[in-house]
Amino acid sequence: MRRSMLFMPGNNAGMLLNADILGADAVILDLEDAVSPAEKDAARILVRNAIQTLHYQCEVCVRINSIDTAFWKQDLDAILPLKPSLIMPPKISTAQDVLTVDAYMTELEDKLGMERNTVKLIPLIETALGVENAFAIASSSPRVAAMLLGGEDLTADLQCKRTKEGNEIFYSRSRIVVAARAAGIDCYDTPFTDVNDDEGLRADAAFAKSLGFTGKSSISPRHVASINEIFSPTQADIEYAEEVMETIRIAKEQGKGVVSLRGKMIDAPIVTRARQVLEMAEAMGVRIHE
Amino acid sequence: MNNSKVVSSIKEAVKLAGVKDGMTISFHHHLRNGDYVLNMVLEAIAELGIKDLNVNASSVFDTHEPLIGHIKNHVVTGLEADYIGGVVGRAISHGVLEKPVVFRTHGGRPADIELGRSPIDVAFVAAPTSDTMGNCSGKYGKSACGSLGYAFADAMFAKKVVVITDNLVPYPLADFSISEAYVDYVVPVESIGNPAGIVSGTTKITRDPVGLVMAQYAAKVIEHSGLLKDGMSFQTGAGGASLAAAKYLKDIMLEKGIKGSYGLGGITSYMVDMLQAGCFEALLDVQCFDLGAVESIRTNPRHREVTAAHYASPAVRSSAVDSLDVVILGATQIDTDFNVNVHTDSNGYIMGGSGGHSDTAAGAKLAMIIAPLTRARLSIVVDHVLTVSTPGSTIDVLVTQRGIAVNPKRQELKERLQQAGLPIVEIEELKRIAEQLTGTPKPIHLGDRVVANVLYRDGSLLDTIKSVD
Repeated sequence: MRRSMLFMPGNNAGMLLNADILGADAVILDLEDAVSPAEKDAARILVRNAIQTLHYQCEVCVRINSIDTAFWKQDLDAILPLKPSLIMPPKISTAQDVLTVDAYMTELEDKLGMERNTVKLIPLIETALGVENAFAIASSSPRVAAMLLGGEDLTADLQCKRTKEGNEIFYSRSRIVVAARAAGIDCYDTPFTDVNDDEGLRADAAFAKSLGFTGKSSISPRHVASINEIFSPTQADIEYAEEVMETIRIAKEQGKGVVSLRGKMIDAPIVTRARQVLEMAEAMGVRIHE
Repeated sequence: MNNSKVVSSIKEAVKLAGVKDGMTISFHHHLRNGDYVLNMVLEAIAELGIKDLNVNASSVFDTHEPLIGHIKNHVVTGLEADYIGGVVGRAISHGVLEKPVVFRTHGGRPADIELGRSPIDVAFVAAPTSDTMGNCSGKYGKSACGSLGYAFADAMFAKKVVVITDNLVPYPLADFSISEAYVDYVVPVESIGNPAGIVSGTTKITRDPVGLVMAQYAAKVIEHSGLLKDGMSFQTGAGGASLAAAKYLKDIMLEKGIKGSYGLGGITSYMVDMLQAGCFEALLDVQCFDLGAVESIRTNPRHREVTAAHYASPAVRSSAVDSLDVVILGATQIDTDFNVNVHTDSNGYIMGGSGGHSDTAAGAKLAMIIAPLTRARLSIVVDHVLTVSTPGSTIDVLVTQRGIAVNPKRQELKERLQQAGLPIVEIEELKRIAEQLTGTPKPIHLGDRVVANVLYRDGSLLDTIKSVD
């Protein structure tokens, strides 16, 4: 279960020390934008040591530097042996970009005697070309487990203003969701950048959920609880899902083919959705009725 | 009969009150780090050539640095306090005073004064407003500090009482706190303190995400402790995480429609908000921490000033801490037996004191310590605290960002919290987690000289503090 992904600057020891207690399902330890070129070495060592010693209680993702820099291979050299769940390569615009990173990761895994594809990829889509190539990127390699939309860089590339309402990224959001779902992977929404606007964050997260995103990334620990709440099934969702499964069970017992619940036909998509809700509820530790 | 008690200067009052070599003089700390009065009085006394005084101050702050000079000149040769800040504390730890400092608690101090174990010859009472006969209050005036709770024992039991004010008003000040019945002299001065250091404009809850995590845990511990019900009483500190815990508790109380009985202690605007939101019937206030609290105690009859004895004395028939349900407290160190140190830092230097820590821990049904697991690269959980300020037998829970430890003697509470899904760990495990990050610190070496005796609230010797060489 991964609803919230929290960016943490890779050059801040104090924040790395407590990265996993802030409620995020995954932390993204950042070696890219949060770190100035002069500090790349220091941050790489700090993040490596943090993963090695802190035994994070949540999923760990590391954002490496982009493949048009001199840093990304050194980032992977240092980080891959520690087997984080995910590597996030930024500014991925084509399937070939993914394959470039993938090939180097495979080379490293072979060299280290690790099983191939141990560490997954979550490409960061933040260029117009990346959005246009979203499905090709999502289906480029079995290593790609999810995609994340980066709204800030994207709007710069689109030559438009980034707004709180987010109309300018509506198409890109939808495109990413469709591409990810078509490829059978997860998709994560761009962070909401106003740290003090809790209502704005909640509205933005609810909108992303309504489009089909799996979860949302965040640059502030203060946003994590709201994101988790919004991307979790509600008690009503869980109860309805239980009712659906119970109706199906009884129908099967009685040998009925078509059943309805409160006047609405229960078809395969509804059952699939109900099953997803219950799986998520179980992962969250919500007690399911026997 | 000329019935005015007004005298022209502090020096005049010192003479009239008969301050002599070897006497004990006392001060309260309601003006906190903005206080001018202790320094002004000692300066006058030094100029008069009086020596060998014992100073009993409810607390000593960094603004009282000139005290170190008076100690070196033997004007002051004894010091008693409930709390001593880092500046004077460091000098004490280096051995500037020959006689050990006597540390008491906020409850133990009025008890010892009342019982005659700690007699005061002359009390100097800083008063933000006083009339000409000494009826005085902290609620009014440019140096308003709100409650004068800690000054009552001094005024009631000292042989002579001098009120020092920067807002002299005509007789009578109807809304007085300390009555003229106890006061011998009144000294008007230009200023008794720096308002910026007396109360904060606003006390703010922490924005530190780790502090907020601890605060949420603390609120959940209270929620599932079995004590969160109508009539609950509550005290919390003025630290960022403690205040945040109060905010989360307020949300839970309002959501569940729970109405508590009273909020106690040093009072901040957050406690005032809880009163106004209907979380409590009353606030019992021994000290105000910010302007919101001062405004509230002046205007809201349900926000009551209480004396230090009413707050926490073990020598009176009952005190408010005896009825306290929940208290949230801090710690500089806590050991695996739950003993807490709030007197000395990790190098052994004096930088604090009990205040009401051990009084409230002894009285409350749930005494909770909230502290980050590591601070300045050291684990706060240790094998043995450098100074026992509060006995572990009175502490129930330690909340850190990496888990909550419950005192083994509170098995039933531990089970409740476990059932609520809170991250319960053994305190030894917290120490292990911390030391995995920080390493095991080398033991520090302290000197042989005892520089302070820490008295428990009943007057017994709890621990001694050694010099730092």
